[in-house]
Amino acid sequence: MSNPLLIEYLPIIIFLAIAVGIASAMLIASLLVAKQNPDSEKLSAYECGFEPFADARSKFDVRFYLVAILFIIFDLEVAFLFPWAVALGDIGMFGFWSMMIFLGILTIGFIYEWKKGALEWE
Amino acid sequence: MVAMPDLLPALPELFLACAGMLLLMIGVFRGEGSLRLVSWLAVGALLVTGVLLVLGPTERTVTFSGLFVSDSFAVFAKLLVLTATALTIILSQRYLETEQLARFEYPVLLVFATLGMMGMISANDLIALYVGLELQSLSLYVIAAFKRDFAKSSEAGLKYFVLGALSSGMLLYGASLVYGFAGTTNFDALAALFAAGETPAVGVIVGMVFVAAGLAFKISAVPFHMWTPDVYEGAPTSVTAFFAVAPKIAAITLFIRVLVDPFGDLLAQWQQVIWFCAVASMILGSLAAIQQSNIKRLMAYSSIGHIGYALVGLAAGTEAGVRGVLIYMAIYLAMNVGTFAIILSMRVQGRMVEEIRDLSGLSKSHPMMALAMAIFMWSMAGVPPAAGFFGKFYVFMAAVDAGLIVLAVIGVITSVVSCYYYLRIIKVMYFDDLTEPLERPSRAASLVIAGTALFTFPVFFIFSNAILTGAATAAASLFQ
Repeated sequence: MSNPLLIEYLPIIIFLAIAVGIASAMLIASLLVAKQNPDSEKLSAYECGFEPFADARSKFDVRFYLVAILFIIFDLEVAFLFPWAVALGDIGMFGFWSMMIFLGILTIGFIYEWKKGALEWE
Repeated sequence: MVAMPDLLPALPELFLACAGMLLLMIGVFRGEGSLRLVSWLAVGALLVTGVLLVLGPTERTVTFSGLFVSDSFAVFAKLLVLTATALTIILSQRYLETEQLARFEYPVLLVFATLGMMGMISANDLIALYVGLELQSLSLYVIAAFKRDFAKSSEAGLKYFVLGALSSGMLLYGASLVYGFAGTTNFDALAALFAAGETPAVGVIVGMVFVAAGLAFKISAVPFHMWTPDVYEGAPTSVTAFFAVAPKIAAITLFIRVLVDPFGDLLAQWQQVIWFCAVASMILGSLAAIQQSNIKRLMAYSSIGHIGYALVGLAAGTEAGVRGVLIYMAIYLAMNVGTFAIILSMRVQGRMVEEIRDLSGLSKSHPMMALAMAIFMWSMAGVPPAAGFFGKFYVFMAAVDAGLIVLAVIGVITSVVSCYYYLRIIKVMYFDDLTEPLERPSRAASLVIAGTALFTFPVFFIFSNAILTGAATAAASLFQ
């Protein structure tokens, strides 16, 4: 196993091993070493020191998800724009127009959402 | 500076992408009630794409830095997919209108799914493969849950999404292994690597098997078939009609390309995997369908069985085998579109029915429809002289020529077993008493039923030469 490509990944393996080791050591040690003496107060959910006053699994309005998804799309767009802007000198007209087409496709999706009323809260 | 790639080989895809976006804009600006217009425009766009395909270059051309390949194999498979999508859109209209699902997004999503399938078929790189596959899958997840107010449809969509995501994960994991051990994701580079005769690393083989498992999910080959009956039953019937044909054709051609093109020299390694999938699919497809009473579930098991027969041709790993699979899929398209056109016409007093017993006495109320259904069932069972027999004949011949005699024998036996449930439908239609007559099918459905039934028998014999030579050229282009 002297593949140079795989050797480059060695630090990742070491990092993984250390991370798994430390995490499991903490979990297992607290399980073995600490005194386990549970009562109903200790087992109840902790909520900022208050008594929990509602079920945590309540329903959210679906519009929150819509906004979240819209955010992700345009967030990713910006994530693409940064390296594109930096490398624009090297990638030439082809790179420029590729990004323009990508933005155009995104805009079409945006127009669709707008016309469908996805951006109206009430 | 990066040079401009040659766009000509991808012209049909580029056209379809632009058309899909244009349709979306037309639909959203015209608002509700634009389903009919958008549907016909989508059919027109698919037709133009088909013409562009036929007129395009036939010799093998690679473009987009080796990510995209266009050859006769791709053209043949894409024509099948385009036909399947266009017919499904035509068939869906009345169903969507009567089920209060008349939203213009439906044909648009089908067009985008088709675009993804064309990308899959033309993929020449593991990354391009994944992009095409995801474009297809994401559209399919949405249309599986198209009847969103019904629990069953939402469940079908969710199930399909979760299992589809799992299969994509397996495929990507396999692709990462192949890349890690072979150092490239390009099909041509991989093929050159293995052709050099170097013993492949274990990692490459494990990766290849993972990729194959991910693709087996998409064609619902046993043991990766669990989602199929539930999704087929839960999804709206017009969506099931689409699922049963176009994505299957696209996924199996992708499967063929991946195994034959980059991994062709590892035949000994993948042959046993495909052998097992083929045998298991044929057996499960023929046995599990026997006790189904819902016709959509029955068609799900039937499609699992058919994929098993198609895989027989792939297991042979020869040019004749690939030719057999392509012929099989062409005939499969006609049989399945026709059968689903009949299932979509199963309405009693304004509501859809989907039990097999609802077909009882069909020969008295709709003799022509019963005759067409009988032809489809004969053909699916593989009884000569219907077209389905020739599909099976070519794949089994290829398997025998490649020395896979046991596989061919199992195929013939399961094919005989499956006759039972196909013929049972004929028995129900012809010998059971009429309970409630079905409504008249729509004109579009009648035309599609008549066309596909005539194609299955006897028109197939007129076109058989064209299909055989087309499939032969397509298979040859893959093996040069």
